[in-house]
Amino acid sequence: MSKTQNTSASAPAGTGPAKSRRRFLKDAAGVAGGAGLLALGTGLYSRQASALPATAIRPPGALAEADFLAACVRCGLCVRDCPYDTLKLAVLGDSVATGTPYFEARRIPCEMCEDIPCVAACPTGALDRGLSEIGEARMGLAVLIDQENCLNFLGLRCDVCYRVCPVIDKAITLELVHNPRSDRHAMLLPTVHSDACTGCGKCERSCVLPGESAIKVLPLRLAQGSKAEHYRRGWEEKAEAGGSLIGDQLEMPVRGLEGKAYGDTRVGPGEAPAAAGKPGIDSGWKP
Amino acid sequence: MSAHPPTRGAVPPTSVRGAAMRGVVARPGAEAIEAKGWWIAHKWLLLRRVSQLGILALFMVGPWFGWWVVKGNLASSLTLGVLPLTDPFLIAQQAAAGHWPYREALVGGGIVLAFYLLLGGRMFCAWVCPVNLVTDAAAWLRRRLGLKGGKVPSANTRYWLLGFVLVLAAMTGSLAWEWVNPVSMFHRGLIFGFGLSWGIVGGIFFYDLLIAPRGWCGHLCPQGAFYGLIGKSAMLRVSANRRSTCNDCMDCFAVCPEPQVIRPALKGVGQDHPLILDGDCTTCGRCIDVCGKDVFRISTRFDRSES
Repeated sequence: MSKTQNTSASAPAGTGPAKSRRRFLKDAAGVAGGAGLLALGTGLYSRQASALPATAIRPPGALAEADFLAACVRCGLCVRDCPYDTLKLAVLGDSVATGTPYFEARRIPCEMCEDIPCVAACPTGALDRGLSEIGEARMGLAVLIDQENCLNFLGLRCDVCYRVCPVIDKAITLELVHNPRSDRHAMLLPTVHSDACTGCGKCERSCVLPGESAIKVLPLRLAQGSKAEHYRRGWEEKAEAGGSLIGDQLEMPVRGLEGKAYGDTRVGPGEAPAAAGKPGIDSGWKP
Repeated sequence: MSAHPPTRGAVPPTSVRGAAMRGVVARPGAEAIEAKGWWIAHKWLLLRRVSQLGILALFMVGPWFGWWVVKGNLASSLTLGVLPLTDPFLIAQQAAAGHWPYREALVGGGIVLAFYLLLGGRMFCAWVCPVNLVTDAAAWLRRRLGLKGGKVPSANTRYWLLGFVLVLAAMTGSLAWEWVNPVSMFHRGLIFGFGLSWGIVGGIFFYDLLIAPRGWCGHLCPQGAFYGLIGKSAMLRVSANRRSTCNDCMDCFAVCPEPQVIRPALKGVGQDHPLILDGDCTTCGRCIDVCGKDVFRISTRFDRSES
């Protein structure tokens, strides 16, 4: 073994026990330091990259993101059991934690299977089996985010998001609102209700706008503001107390509006013609 | 060491020692091929490749052809819809991160744990882990190119890293190592798609080839360290039971991914029996293949016989 220095040949000959102990401690410290640095780098990377992008939606039943990242082993069993290829596993570079499942509603939304196969497939509990009714899922919350391009907000009748909603008339309703532009039509505004929306994303998928959708499913942390618990809500206090806490409101007479209900400022035909050139009924608009 | 006197002069010229004496690139295993024939001299290597690729194929025929034998990946899988298997290394990380999984994962982890406790922890590394294909390729190319030296971290680094991986999981409350773990990333990439993970796999290949011989599997990989600890008391072991015939050609040291485990058994350093009991031994059997003198064989840890 003169020339062939093998990796295994590393017996320090002729060193005293004190010297070898010192050397061992030095080596161990170096190795521990190196491994520690590597681990630290990994930890910082995982911390920095653990913010889920807004378009990435977790499967139904997913634990809160921090718990999810502790529970998900990135096996992809939920992906395999999704019958609609909705879920995919993040690959390195996706800005979602590598190997964890997510879906993008605009691409393929959740079809809200009644048996929730993805949850049943998860062996670790990252998808909580406590979720037995898919209607109870809260994957995210739909938000009609662009009122400038939404066709219904333009006074047209699109309603596609409303009609594809699996929880129609509960998660999305059409709210009738006066159209001030035409002044004689209604706008039916798609309105999302957080108590029923599952965040499945079918509305976002079906939005007819050519590129981005006007209605988007956002993670709850982005879609909802924090509750202002320090504000008293008068109507709730009133219901709780069984009556107004400050007594009934005084009704003061308003000149010119005698005979109308208090607060009703609507102007009937012939009552008070609108000034020329101003919008309003009888402004001369013709369809 | 009088029991096995060195048979000087009989060292084959292509072996590591023979080549070193002649100043040429060694071709370890050439003598074995001559003595036993190519197939026998590659028996364990071929069996291992069949095992690695076969296991991979079981995972792949689902996504490729729709035959769902195994769903999932090495992290956790479901075979034929009934058999759950889970990597105990991941369950350990989960536990450290403060999450207790469902029964399937625990049962699956128990099955895998029992298997490797019985047969040898690092059999995972040699017979299952797909990164082995990458690092073996790097080691092979290194030998063919005659690349020497390099800067290898201490082999203990992996145990420190294993400790830190668990500490990291506890501190971040997440499976932080799985963001970068090349082992699970490579297997998942093959089955579910790579993205930029190719870079990590390529990084390991070039690290092993150019910087540190056997650097990843033998010195850094905390998953390998985990399985090494599991396999400390495993049954299946390699024995140098015909060590008296060893001609010191050094071929086994050259091909072994953990060459330090051979010396105590082959040369009787610190032990009498010819068993390789070190948990780092991956039971890959390459030493059996390349030995022209049939020194090694697969045996059990109870068999301390010598012939």
